[in-house]
Amino acid sequence: MSTTTTTPAVRVERASSPVESFLARHAAMIPSFAAVVILVLLLAGAEAFLRGDFITARNMSALLLDNAYLLILAVGMTFVILTAGIDLSVGSVMAFTGILGAQLLVSGIPVWIAVPAMLAGGAAIGLLIGVLVQYFNVQPFIASLAGLFLARGLAFVVSLSSIRVEEPGVLWLQQTRFRLGDWYLTPTGIIALLTVAVAVFVLHLTRFGRTIYAIGGNEQSARLMGLNVARTKVAAYVISGFCGGLAGLALTAYSGAGYPRNGIGTELDAIAAVVIGGTLLTGGRGYVLGSLIGVLVFGTIKTIISFMGAEQAWMQIIVGALLLLFIVVQRVIVARSERRR
Amino acid sequence: MTQIWKHRLFWPLAALITLIVVNSVARPRFLTITVRDGQLYGALIDILRNSAPLMLVALGMTIVIATRGIDLSVGAIMAVSGAVALTVIDGSNDPGNLGTVLVAVVVAVLVALVLGAWNGFLVAVLGIQPIIATLVLMLAGRGVALLITGGFITTVNSAPFSYIASGYLTVLPFAFFISVAAIAALALVERRTALGVLTEAVGINPEASRLAGVRSRGIVWGAYILSGVLAGVAGVIYASNIKAADANAAGLFIELYAILAVVLGGTSLAGGKFSIAGTVVGVLIIQTLGSTILFLGVPSAQSPVFFAVVVVVVVVVQSPRVRRALGSMTRRRPSTTAPDQERTKVAA
Repeated sequence: MSTTTTTPAVRVERASSPVESFLARHAAMIPSFAAVVILVLLLAGAEAFLRGDFITARNMSALLLDNAYLLILAVGMTFVILTAGIDLSVGSVMAFTGILGAQLLVSGIPVWIAVPAMLAGGAAIGLLIGVLVQYFNVQPFIASLAGLFLARGLAFVVSLSSIRVEEPGVLWLQQTRFRLGDWYLTPTGIIALLTVAVAVFVLHLTRFGRTIYAIGGNEQSARLMGLNVARTKVAAYVISGFCGGLAGLALTAYSGAGYPRNGIGTELDAIAAVVIGGTLLTGGRGYVLGSLIGVLVFGTIKTIISFMGAEQAWMQIIVGALLLLFIVVQRVIVARSERRR
Repeated sequence: MTQIWKHRLFWPLAALITLIVVNSVARPRFLTITVRDGQLYGALIDILRNSAPLMLVALGMTIVIATRGIDLSVGAIMAVSGAVALTVIDGSNDPGNLGTVLVAVVVAVLVALVLGAWNGFLVAVLGIQPIIATLVLMLAGRGVALLITGGFITTVNSAPFSYIASGYLTVLPFAFFISVAAIAALALVERRTALGVLTEAVGINPEASRLAGVRSRGIVWGAYILSGVLAGVAGVIYASNIKAADANAAGLFIELYAILAVVLGGTSLAGGKFSIAGTVVGVLIIQTLGSTILFLGVPSAQSPVFFAVVVVVVVVVQSPRVRRALGSMTRRRPSTTAPDQERTKVAA
């Protein structure tokens, strides 16, 4: 991973010990490291508490399978949050594209048209949000709120009730298991991991990705540097919308149906996962791989709660508490690095 | 004439009146108000009564937004306060007793106050972004509400409690008086004292107002406490209306509608100048639009599409780009040029 967020001022700092200099140079990574530590603690704790029944190949494989859609959403959300924006629409976009795809398939439209239509539908809503944000100076919160309402309403316009999907091509995504011993991977899981890989490549090794970080760091400076801020910012929302469409496909395959009530509140889960993964909501700092960790933390908590048979209400409370912990940690880090400057 | 349409309440009021005219033409019964046992009934009265929870939440949101903040947790606070109120009533020996209900309402509002104070602490003292600080409670609050009710939908049968939402005080619904009281109290405190000006100062430039000696921390903290308390009262009204505490459905999406009402009323999300009258009009627009959509026979689940269109139209009309385009159209008349530029500056 690159370390471009290191500022010269930090390097001037006296580095008394290797650990300290490492931390100083990689300050932006600390929240993500913290997420890894939390994940390890959670896994170890659950393993000890549940007498070795937790870390099994089956559970760990299911973790990716059950949270593939959330991972895809979190990747798209990372792009938007890195530009210091926010996208509240992703949960609704997922529901809309899911039900749209199911409806198209039921009306006999071949899968090679239905799936691109889903992705295009998601990207179109993202484009609307991006244009509102960039060209009409609408706050991302409000613009994506409009996207949320639009997508949720459209989902119900497509169908008021759930639609079963019997298209073998879509169900194949879920039912196929590539096995390696007890471990398995479904095509939805592969899609999610591929999304992460592509996002890592784009964010760290392309001009577009570096522009995203630059906008989040300081939009004015990015513009003065001659970077194409307008196009990049709109593209970030389009990517998030596209990921919403992809997540809609993954969720439709996962549940075998499209349902217009899917994903109410999922945007908050995605934001929480991104923040827990160490991406700062003020933009410019964070990693897609951190979001992957964030989603895994989220999924692990969910699994632990269902293992312990505790009420699902605890899920919301624990995720809220974790979110709080992380934003306080981030707040401290930002305050420290500002003092250095 | 230009004076009138330059007024910042012109567009919200025009939208509201248009909606009412469209409704009265489409269904003549819309404007009819019937008197039964000395109490008024009709579509307009329904709008006034049903708007009470949204009105309270939106008023609190107006003040929070004026300080450059946002409160996403109001829906969750509503759920918690409803759950607390019903649990207290349900646990008492005499659910029909007025005293029991009063205690329940006071406890629920106090809990809401604590939750609001928690939000205020995160924002004003720890300096966390408002959107994310209140997101914590938005996520965790419903979980807390579920724990309070034990995962069930608690229902009660208590006459004094259901009076809050469905009862009539003389000729008008009691809930309507609650929102009028809240509007009046807030308008009095914010506009007849310096508090309103100080709140706007904090919103326009927190650092400058701090240097000028404004106790911005207390003002911001107070705004979140106010928002929490109003959301708590709204939660009690909601619970009273359905005579049950539904931790999942209570106040769902209300934060979004409240923010929409504030924006419709002409208060900028960037903080600073706020308009209580604008928020009142905004809430009435949303409630009337909802009633219209229902009347048109559109399934209520599809109504978000209409709200999305409203949001997009409103924000695009308010955007600097469109303002500039409109400004260059009216620039031929020299008398309107100066105030127009001023408005653009305010909007930006």
